[in-house]
Amino acid sequence: MGATEKITTLNGSLEIKHLKKSFNENVVLDDISLKLAKGENIVILGKSGSGKSVLIKCIVKLITADEGEIILFDKNISDLSSDELNTMRKKIGFLFQSGALYDSMSVRENLEFPLRNKKDLSQEEINTLVEESLADVGLLDVIDKMPSELSGGMRKRLGLARTMILKPEIMLYDEPTTGLDPITSKEISKLILEVQKKNNTSSIIITHDMECAKITSNRIMVLKDGLFATEGTYKELEKSEDEWVRSFFE
Amino acid sequence: MSTSTSSDNDRKEANLISSIREFFTELSLLTKFTLHFFKELFKLPFEFNEFIKQSYIIGCKSLPLVGITGFIMGLVLTIQARPTLVQFGAESWLPAMVAVSLIREIGPVITALICAGKVGSGIGAELASMKVTEQIDAMEVSGVNPFKYIVVTRVLATTLMIPLLVIFADAIALYGSYIGVNLKGDVSFQLFFSQVIEKLTFQDLFPAFIKTFFFGFAIGIIGCYKGYNSNKGTEGVGKSANSAVVYASLLVFVIDMMAVQITSLFVK
Repeated sequence: MGATEKITTLNGSLEIKHLKKSFNENVVLDDISLKLAKGENIVILGKSGSGKSVLIKCIVKLITADEGEIILFDKNISDLSSDELNTMRKKIGFLFQSGALYDSMSVRENLEFPLRNKKDLSQEEINTLVEESLADVGLLDVIDKMPSELSGGMRKRLGLARTMILKPEIMLYDEPTTGLDPITSKEISKLILEVQKKNNTSSIIITHDMECAKITSNRIMVLKDGLFATEGTYKELEKSEDEWVRSFFE
Repeated sequence: MSTSTSSDNDRKEANLISSIREFFTELSLLTKFTLHFFKELFKLPFEFNEFIKQSYIIGCKSLPLVGITGFIMGLVLTIQARPTLVQFGAESWLPAMVAVSLIREIGPVITALICAGKVGSGIGAELASMKVTEQIDAMEVSGVNPFKYIVVTRVLATTLMIPLLVIFADAIALYGSYIGVNLKGDVSFQLFFSQVIEKLTFQDLFPAFIKTFFFGFAIGIIGCYKGYNSNKGTEGVGKSANSAVVYASLLVFVIDMMAVQITSLFVK
């Protein structure tokens, strides 16, 4: 069970070099570098406010970094025009902490929304894709409901289905199990792994949930004071000599 | 004593300077937002379905409120104007006077203010809530241009729907006026409206109609600007809705004042 084996082929599609980001005087990211291998799941751990979410928002340029490079599919994102960036973003899935479901739209419309610019798809093909994605997360029976009628776990699963509908090559998860009970959290973690294996995506997962980290991670990187303090597999870090790192696992 | 007065003056001066700076910063951001709107407006593809949906929400769903307001507006204006006109023996001028007042000024301004309250606050709160719950970010990362989808459609819908709502409100207000006239008199429907139409000229109708497009645009752009740039979590949602109403209402009066000045240059 889990994704604990370390992936060694670094033929990845995301590379971050010396990334820096500050908000006024507060340095959040200070010289961050990482490389995501194809099919690899990286879990990023760190205290609240350590810049984990800022890091993944920089990757999709929701936040612009002050310095450094983000190379996505061999292109530096700071060199892209807004149209090129939008095309690039379709290859990346982003699951927000809140799910970020469109509450004025039904479940079906939420899933159809990312497909709106795919002019080559007929309505029948769109319906099939929507139903397939919902079936993958076990939510086919709520297709005509509104997001407000769903539970927290269902909303997360729906968010995941909406993100996966564009078949992204890279997935970014911002605390996917926050606010859920341990059983639902475990279900979501397993679902992340299943979906990742099915579509052969690479993922970066921000989480505080060690059970989620254990299930989903190939590699864990620990963010401290704007830098990656250490990295390794779950088993390696669990036995770390650094008390601060070990405290995450206790 | 004098030291404390001097420090009070310094503080007041600093506050004044900071308020002025804030005002100009806000103005420049609003201008930038408006220019962004025009840039996105002419980019294809146009989000037609969302535009129709917003037009329905802004237009059709405001009809009852605007209708009731219009009716009361016409009725009250007629009842209030009658005693003065009676004093001057000009009671027969009542339909014409009320119609000109309603169509040139009161109808457009009151309807725009009602819409600033209902539509402007609605847009401000909706967009702010979308911002807080990361829905706008979610659109952006899925490769959809949120500005085009959310802002362009709503601003265009208010710009086109407010003039139609004003026409509707004016029509209902004239009917209200007809009822008002008949509370203390006996004027037939045909006579009332023939007097109204006879006295209304193109110069009454055209400038009044044109300015309503600007009212609609102002309400839409302010609502979207306040909502789209909201922050501070749920507190920001309330603030955005509130400031959307305040600024949109203020802008309606400013536009009206400018429209009157411009019209007076051409119409004698």
